[in-house]
Amino acid sequence: MIEVENLTKRYGNILAVDRVSFRVDSGEIVGFLGPNGAGKTTIMRILTGFIPPTGGRAILSGFDIMEKPLEVKRRIGYLPEHPPIYNDMLVSPYLEFVSQLKEVEAKERTREVRRVMDLCGLTEVENRLIGNLSRGYRQRVGLAQALLGDPEILVLDEPTIGLDPRQIIEIRELIKNLRSEHTIILSSHILPEVEMLCGRVIIIHEGKIVAEDRPEHLQSTLKSSDRLFVQVGRAGPEVPESIRRIPGVISVFTEEKIPGGYLIDLERDEQKVREEVARVIVAGGFGLLELKPIRMSLEEVFVRLTTVESGSPEEGGKFS
Amino acid sequence: MKKIQALVIKELGSYFISPVAYVIIFIFLAVAGFLFFQILSYFNVQSIQMMRYPGLLDRLNLNDMVLFPFFHNVVVFFTFLIPVLTMRLLSEEKKLGTGELLFTSPITTTEVVLGKFFSAALLILVMLLFSFVYPLVILIFGNPDAGPILTAYLGLFLLGCAAAGLGLLTSSLTENQIIAVISAWGILILLLIIGWAAQSVGPTFGAVLQHLSFMEHFQSFSKGIIELKGVVYYLSFIFFTLFLTQRVLDSQSWR
Repeated sequence: MIEVENLTKRYGNILAVDRVSFRVDSGEIVGFLGPNGAGKTTIMRILTGFIPPTGGRAILSGFDIMEKPLEVKRRIGYLPEHPPIYNDMLVSPYLEFVSQLKEVEAKERTREVRRVMDLCGLTEVENRLIGNLSRGYRQRVGLAQALLGDPEILVLDEPTIGLDPRQIIEIRELIKNLRSEHTIILSSHILPEVEMLCGRVIIIHEGKIVAEDRPEHLQSTLKSSDRLFVQVGRAGPEVPESIRRIPGVISVFTEEKIPGGYLIDLERDEQKVREEVARVIVAGGFGLLELKPIRMSLEEVFVRLTTVESGSPEEGGKFS
Repeated sequence: MKKIQALVIKELGSYFISPVAYVIIFIFLAVAGFLFFQILSYFNVQSIQMMRYPGLLDRLNLNDMVLFPFFHNVVVFFTFLIPVLTMRLLSEEKKLGTGELLFTSPITTTEVVLGKFFSAALLILVMLLFSFVYPLVILIFGNPDAGPILTAYLGLFLLGCAAAGLGLLTSSLTENQIIAVISAWGILILLLIIGWAAQSVGPTFGAVLQHLSFMEHFQSFSKGIIELKGVVYYLSFIFFTLFLTQRVLDSQSWR
């Protein structure tokens, strides 16, 4: 189990992580989603005890990372952003070495190394120099290393990066199978991946949690929120102006690709508002050609949550 | 302790899988061999000359005329090779991101430092063992006093370990191996020549500088004397550098 309270990390003047709090129960897979530089890696590094937080607390498996770092480290498997592999070592001696660092019992060691090599599909390269392996294999060696010793908690920073589509599917299957007995935090850029693997998604932007929910919820919360597309025959500055005056409309954007197209953000997708929009356009004589609600994919939810729109700085506030 | 052992085995493996260890040992032996050959030829010339003055023959002494100058010259080159051995030990962990594994594993920074240091110390031992062929030649074909040879080797080993401690410290400070090795060299040169300033700064401070000198303490080892102050100097130098290295690693995970 992982409990994080008001975690803060400051590098000089830069606030990399800003009062982040969340909780991950045993057996849960939680996905961190966010653009580059959002603070995902920093949070993971704090959780694994690689860097200390500036403020706040993180408790993993009942141990505070600041007070009992070694106890926490005994219970964590960590795959960093760049797999921590020594290029001048062979695959199986490398895993032997890591298993020693992770205090795997001497008599279990060979079996444990074999187990993770089987899991990650490394058996055919066990006697090759890590430096000569392809990107995908190196990533798998990194993952194998994290699984050694069967730790309670797995922290995986972009586990499928650099893999080809077939390998990605394999690794996802592997992570799915680990779910039952591990607590897993993973970060990703790939939304379908998070959607597929994670029971819960935490969207991080500029060091803050902007949304936290089950992936299907996250989608549906925003799905109905909200967007209308209209196309009018006679576009002009007065079109968005008059639409904006309708109560329930948050903002209006011009859709660049379609002449006379506008995107309208609504507070709620209410029939009343939709009717009103239609009425205003017709009454204004703009020539209504099309009006339809737009469904958002998780991708769009993500973009929307992590794009600060002018005029609505509290955009994500309602979810946190 | 097991984790230190695991680290030592891993580091020694890396030394010998990559050509680093072979290259360094080879170059060390080649240069030492050249020095040995030169000194021995000079000794030959001198002994032929002395044949003419039988009274001087008992002045011919293998220890004084071959081994002492040999060690005296070899030690400088030897000292400068050590930072090359140690330069990658910690800087590479940082550069390649493998430190992220090392410092998120249940291993303390003290264990990391000791593991790295012992692997360097073992490699130094291997280097010195190979170089023993030269004194061995003298031992087989002459009859030198074996005592000073052994004390000289003890001195070389202690001095090598002290240089390794320093090398480890500079390696912990940067992720650039070149910077690590150059700064270790700078400090070593300073420590080698610090005694030169002794004459010009007055007797008390001069003595202090004399005692700080890296070479000063080796002199007595190569003459066959194990001086307590020499042993203490090298051991405390090792301890001090390793302690600082451990502090550096700790502070890096605190920043």
